Amino acid sequence: MAGLVPEQTADASGDGYRRIVGPLLLPTWVMIGIFLVLPVALMAVYSFLTKEFRGGVDWQFSLAAYDQFFLNRGLFGDEPPVMEWTYITIFWRSIWQAAVATALCLAIGFPTAWFIATRPAATRGVWLFLITIPYWVNLLIRTVSLKFLIRDNGPLNEALMGIGLIDGPLPLVNTNLAVQLGLFYSYLPFMVLPVYAAVERYNFAYSEAAADLYASRWVTLREIVLPIVKPGIIAGCLLVFIPSLGAFLAPDLLGGAKTFMIGSLIDEQFKGSLGNWPFGAAVSMILMTLVMIALLIYARTSAKGGAA
Amino acid sequence: MKGVRHYPGFLAVTLLCLVVLYAPLLVIMAYSFNGSTSITTWGGFSLRWYAEVFTGPEAERFGQAAWNSLTIAVMAATASTAIATAAAVAMIRGGAFRGKRATFALINMPLMVPEIVTAVATLIFFAMIGLTTGYLTILIAHVTFCIPFAYLPIAARLQGIEGHYEQAARDLYASRWQAFRLVLLPLMAPGVVSGYLLAFIISLDDFIITNFVKGAGMETLPTAIFGSVKQGIKPNIMAISTLMLAVSILFVTLSYLINRKGRKSP
Repeated sequence: MAGLVPEQTADASGDGYRRIVGPLLLPTWVMIGIFLVLPVALMAVYSFLTKEFRGGVDWQFSLAAYDQFFLNRGLFGDEPPVMEWTYITIFWRSIWQAAVATALCLAIGFPTAWFIATRPAATRGVWLFLITIPYWVNLLIRTVSLKFLIRDNGPLNEALMGIGLIDGPLPLVNTNLAVQLGLFYSYLPFMVLPVYAAVERYNFAYSEAAADLYASRWVTLREIVLPIVKPGIIAGCLLVFIPSLGAFLAPDLLGGAKTFMIGSLIDEQFKGSLGNWPFGAAVSMILMTLVMIALLIYARTSAKGGAA
Repeated sequence: MKGVRHYPGFLAVTLLCLVVLYAPLLVIMAYSFNGSTSITTWGGFSLRWYAEVFTGPEAERFGQAAWNSLTIAVMAATASTAIATAAAVAMIRGGAFRGKRATFALINMPLMVPEIVTAVATLIFFAMIGLTTGYLTILIAHVTFCIPFAYLPIAARLQGIEGHYEQAARDLYASRWQAFRLVLLPLMAPGVVSGYLLAFIISLDDFIITNFVKGAGMETLPTAIFGSVKQGIKPNIMAISTLMLAVSILFVTLSYLINRKGRKSP
């Protein structure tokens, strides 16, 4: 579609809108500037303030939040500092859970995307539509549904016991696996769509050339297809990994105390009088830094790939 | 040999993918029609849980929450679509201008920042400026994060419309506003409607940000459901979920059909 249309410039449509670009963009700048950029900047400031006991902050500079995250000074804060592993463990667990969910999404999402992209053009839209519908269903409802399905005496366990595959119910809820499944289920369409877009642009003449030279299907897939559609795969992985990292619903509803992730850790800091706002802000800053690093690496690699 | 496009097993994985995506939803839909009070045993087909949703002890709470969700979604979608339409016209039809890349990054920022971080930052901001958390704060937050969702389909649509139509209108002495209202806006309408519907769904679905900025006593449908689910999944929750599911699917289907029709027409 886009290829048939000449490149649009202001000149093509007269300079009609050039002079009012400012007023047209002003609402966007105001809304996102004031209600997102400014709050994030403020959050950065908050992470360096002193905690107040009833929730909220005292306007006094302090490194206590980051200190609490990385260092353990004993119960009364008077012992020599040693490395604090509690929160790093939570981050590490979140990264691991998100990575497993991403791998699961790729394992299921790639063949699905390939299959859809190789359908006749008329039916592709329908397949894609089927894949995207669940994404638009409320994430909370999807997570609750999954919990209902996999709980100890839920339909899945009943069915498995009914056909005699297992003797007792599989304890799925409150395990790492349940959280991974929940994340996988939450973000699967995010993997399928970019991979699909990449496969759709892939020129199958390469595969035919490889086949003519006696490469098997799977060798062709590994040596020819994967390197070419890699940008789509990386985009899909990021789109699954990043929201998984800060996910709240899946770990909260499907997991237990042993599957505590970053999202719940942040959430706890803002609940009632037990919270610690500067610490919550600091954890959010660290999470956002991780995400920005991932996005930067992606921007770098895709800029290189795009030039080739 | 079925050609290089065929990989054995990929159809099976695709079907598995669809089963995984739909099984939980179908199960909860089926059980919402369960006549039994126990969620584990099947007691025959019944609409009692739907009746309970509208007349039961929790009806008032969920009714209020649904009303809040709906009104917020309508207002947030309307505002964010208007803002995004103006932005799309400037970005696609405004030529090159200073700060274009920065503006593009700004529009997409709500998609880049993890939701929970947005939630925390927004809460801190409202607490600091002393705005009482409640209906208004939810609405402001929703308008903000809905902007990119409304922007993407509108900009995509606008990109596919040639400049000649407006040029012709301008040559025939239409004012800039007339050319926009009578020529460009009708042409980009499918994108605008699509953007509106997506923003609406996104607002209706949001849990994390709403949960942070809602304040005490204020509930939207997702936060009310979350509160109930914490004490176990009850059948009336399944009925509410099924109703919401139906609304979501209706909206996405509408958006899909409008987009498809729009792609054929000009």
